Amino acid sequence: MEGTAVPGRLTWQVATVTAVTQETPSVRTIGLGVPSWPGHRAGQHLDVRLTAEDGYSAERSYSIASAAGEPVAITVERLADGEVSPYLTEDLQVGDQLEIRGPVGGYFVWETADGGPLLLVGGGSGIVPLRAILRQREHSGSDVPVKLLYSARALSELIYRDELDGYHYGVEITYTLTREQPAGWTGYARRVDRALLAEIAWPAGKDPLAYVCGPTNFVETVAGALVALGYEPGRVKTERFGGTGGR
Amino acid sequence: MSPISHGFHRRHTVPDGAADRVPPGQYLTDGFPVLSAGPTPHTPLAEWTFSVRRGPLTLKSWTWQEFQELPAETVTVDIHCVTRWSKLDTEWRGVSVDTLLDQVEHDAGYVMAFSDGGYTTDLPLADVTGGKARVAFSYGDAPLKPEHGGPARLLVPHLYFWKSAKWVRGLELMDEDKPGFWETYGYNMYGDPWKEQRYQGD
Repeated sequence: MEGTAVPGRLTWQVATVTAVTQETPSVRTIGLGVPSWPGHRAGQHLDVRLTAEDGYSAERSYSIASAAGEPVAITVERLADGEVSPYLTEDLQVGDQLEIRGPVGGYFVWETADGGPLLLVGGGSGIVPLRAILRQREHSGSDVPVKLLYSARALSELIYRDELDGYHYGVEITYTLTREQPAGWTGYARRVDRALLAEIAWPAGKDPLAYVCGPTNFVETVAGALVALGYEPGRVKTERFGGTGGR
Repeated sequence: MSPISHGFHRRHTVPDGAADRVPPGQYLTDGFPVLSAGPTPHTPLAEWTFSVRRGPLTLKSWTWQEFQELPAETVTVDIHCVTRWSKLDTEWRGVSVDTLLDQVEHDAGYVMAFSDGGYTTDLPLADVTGGKARVAFSYGDAPLKPEHGGPARLLVPHLYFWKSAKWVRGLELMDEDKPGFWETYGYNMYGDPWKEQRYQGD
């Protein structure tokens, strides 16, 4: 697969781990130093390749967690039956090297010129590309109003909690914890469905732009409900994961 | 020279006899992951048609009822998604694209599959004829579920699965290749899993 660079070709390059941040017990953000990164847009992903001592290699795609112009970072959730994610979330250390190529994907992206109002709906680690979008908005000085609905099973599984709570102007964040809630929890405690979206999402009349990312069933439910609520299907962008048992 | 990740090991094993059925960079899954760029369309069967078009002309169109009366066949194939999962021995029932294109006269070299929701993907004619492609409406013993592309999807198992357009509503005949939806966003124009043609230039 490696060889002469073809124009437009995504070539593998060596990245060095510059930072590791434990976000939750099973989720890490990994900062990557990449000498000749071509730049990315919020919402894109990249491919990671790990090579074992015996020569075996495995590749996986991860959403980029940083905004355009920021250093490359990915946020990875450990999957119990995964092959690559356990290594990335438990063994990888600052200074280690791995290979990446990207950025990949150009549909589930947001640029300042895309405007809004923005509805971001994330389930579990589906928050990752949505976080990149929030940072993109912040960095570009955009005043596009945003509503973020973030669903996780428990408080301990919320990723980027402190960062998200630091957003104020024009960003309205709603959390829902579907499995367990701490004492005194004032957020929602239910699965995201049409009724919840009707309550907290932008009305369709505002012509919102929606980004939905999470497990398949979550995305299926949310995207379907938004269309039922009158959202223009072409303005509901989705990214799904899960069910592969292998990332 | 790739840097070595010490402590990283293979965890996924390939069942005996299946090694030559898994393309490079893929792993096997028992599930059936769903990937799509937007909401799942739900077109009523009464409004569904399958059309073969050339430019502005519709050369042939079938209603759902007419489509069901075409000869169908059951096939068992392996499928490979560009996101790296592969699934062996999946069973589908559908109409061969040969059956559809035999009913129109044309000299096209490429087709653009088009779908509800605006999805498109381009394929060489040679890759959807000669028994290589079907319009499938059943998976296993059941009607194809909407999230997997029902009521009908293209099934072109020898290429990465984004070429097997979900919610397919027809084929546009073309003289020259042009990029469809994912191809516009940097994915490969052809998508051969055995050559790992994931992205543009691969």
